[in-house]
Amino acid sequence: MRHIISLLMENEAGALSRVAGLFSARGYNIESLTVAPTEDETMSRMTIVTRGSDEVIEQITKQLNKLIDTVKVVDLSDGEHIERELMLVKVRAEGEWREEMKRMSDIFRGRIIDVTDKTYTIEMTGAGHKLDAFLEALDKSALLETVRTGASGIGRGERILKS
Amino acid sequence: MELTGAEITVRCLAEEGVEYVFGYPGGAVLNIYDEIYKQDKFKHVLVRHEQAAVHAADGYSRATGRTGVALVTSGPGATNAVTGIATAYMDSIPMVVISGQVPTPAIGMDAFQEVDTVGITRPCVKHNFLVKDIRELASTIKKAFYIASTGRPGPVLVDIPKDVTQFTTEYEYPKSISLRSYNPVTKGHTGQIKRAVQMLLNAKRPMIYAGGGVILSDAAKQLTELARLLGFPCTNTLMGLGGFPASDPLSVGMLGMHGTYEANMAVHHSDVLVAIGARFDDRVIGNPEHFYQEERQIIHIDIDPSSISKRVKVDVPIVGNVPEVLTEMIKLIKASKEKPDQAALKTWLTQIELWRSRDCLKYDRNSDIIKPQFVLEKLHEITGGDAFVTSDVGQHQMWAAQFYKFDKPRRWINSGGLGTMGFGLPAAMGVQLAHPEAMVACVTGEGSIQMNIQELATCKQFNIPIKIILLNNRYLGMVRQWQEFFYGERYAESYMDTLPDFVKLAEAYGHAGRRIDNPAEVEDALKWAFSAEMKDTLVFLDFRTDQTENVYPMIPGGKGLSEMILV
Repeated sequence: MRHIISLLMENEAGALSRVAGLFSARGYNIESLTVAPTEDETMSRMTIVTRGSDEVIEQITKQLNKLIDTVKVVDLSDGEHIERELMLVKVRAEGEWREEMKRMSDIFRGRIIDVTDKTYTIEMTGAGHKLDAFLEALDKSALLETVRTGASGIGRGERILKS
Repeated sequence: MELTGAEITVRCLAEEGVEYVFGYPGGAVLNIYDEIYKQDKFKHVLVRHEQAAVHAADGYSRATGRTGVALVTSGPGATNAVTGIATAYMDSIPMVVISGQVPTPAIGMDAFQEVDTVGITRPCVKHNFLVKDIRELASTIKKAFYIASTGRPGPVLVDIPKDVTQFTTEYEYPKSISLRSYNPVTKGHTGQIKRAVQMLLNAKRPMIYAGGGVILSDAAKQLTELARLLGFPCTNTLMGLGGFPASDPLSVGMLGMHGTYEANMAVHHSDVLVAIGARFDDRVIGNPEHFYQEERQIIHIDIDPSSISKRVKVDVPIVGNVPEVLTEMIKLIKASKEKPDQAALKTWLTQIELWRSRDCLKYDRNSDIIKPQFVLEKLHEITGGDAFVTSDVGQHQMWAAQFYKFDKPRRWINSGGLGTMGFGLPAAMGVQLAHPEAMVACVTGEGSIQMNIQELATCKQFNIPIKIILLNNRYLGMVRQWQEFFYGERYAESYMDTLPDFVKLAEAYGHAGRRIDNPAEVEDALKWAFSAEMKDTLVFLDFRTDQTENVYPMIPGGKGLSEMILV
């Protein structure tokens, strides 16, 4: 099962490598990992998307908790949550593509943020599957480059992750 | 008052009440060594290889419960220490390792003797630090000791760049420390403890399975009280030996790959298994699938939540410090009107005696060649079971675990998790320094002893009169055993050709030694080694043992507890 795990960590040098090292050392899957400081700059917030059986996910959360720099861990998949990912896509925008790409971007609520004679760069946010769907819908020969941030997640309503 | 980083480091160690620092100097730590030279709060023990410094600090810690301290230089000093650190990590030994680092402006420049020590050690420490700012040095060392010795203990490394040891700052040692991200649980969950007690009182075929956590948390007293109060049989893991007295009738000895028949059968057929400070590792329960063949309820007490339900599912998890949890349980049992079903317990103990009567540790006592088991039985006899015994890794380790019956905790000192050959001799140095009047035996093999043999020089310099019990079968015995059983007797590279004359070698280092070829000479040699005359002398006994002797019983890899190979 796919899980989205959020953690608060001390914003210390090496904190990211402790997490990344833990996943590789114990053979856990890691689909995406995002990290940045929070409003409290002594702390970083990390979102990890992983896959595994219930037992594996239980171990992952326990092992993350065991890291000395970890302040809090929560498996967002345990409750209502929202996740978003940002993607930048560079596509061909010549001839017949120019109209087509604009249309596709509009349908998926993307924004064209850079334009040249030959290319558009489209910014799109959403859940991972929406971004997948957009890439799926594009003609592959028009697709020049993609870059994705990986998912960030947050609990719905009163569900708050704080130290 | 302003102090240099080197002065601060040394002051902090003194503040922590450190008695011994095991180390080896080098460029990046010269400032620290200069301060060590000027002080008399703690002693420095100069080893002959950094791995030994860490093992000696480790042995010191295992024998005392205190945090061991090692000091090494940057680059090769740190990389040499890694095996020692990983050894301590696998066995949860509280330790602080201080490593020198190249000056901060040189970090990342591929400087002379530079290595990413924090990066290299990250997977084998409980935590580590690189101190880039001298103002954080004292608090970091405080944190290191705190983290190393609390919760599930482990090694913590503090990497200090050379310029940080030169800079000065206002010094104040923090009295206490609290970390928002690190708050180990000590008290077990009351509801879970109640459930566990009820489960124990209802058990028909109960079994206590106690591991290294009992030793590390100093819970031998509580464990012994619990087992005797309930009248439940108890088995100890390799790391847990001495946590429950081996001479107690309720003891069934060690379990696991080379555990006793009675211990393994009893665990396999138990209906309630209570695991205390143990982690169901592969050498203990074998294949989990086979472990599940029999149904049983499991109570698991451990301070580390990640040890629980890692390899096997448990019914009642209790996260907490073992002595506190056991004390709670004892209180509840004493207060309860219920008692375990005595008839069922009697039947169960009778069954265990039947398993015990297989005499699974029997060996040929009439052999003309020295049997290693015999040497260990005699060692136990002559030391009155009261020695500290360190070991290396291999057959001799298993025989020592099987035949030296430990009645007290912290007496059996071995690398159970990582299985580090070369551990025994330096660990024994740490043990002997911690207990100068005690008998300390290092049981070893001719393969293992050669991995840190240079430490004989350290023993001479610091007058460390350990007794080395070399079970010399001219083979890497455990490798040979596996090759005999599982590789069609193709003994690839397991023969130790051209061994040194160990007696002459010991003498060359300034010690005494004797070679023993005959079973009739075994007792005399041991008596000599532990005699008053040799009390202050390191004695190296080279026992020429049977080359073909194997360790039994044995659970082959991938099998279960009830599938032992017996003699």
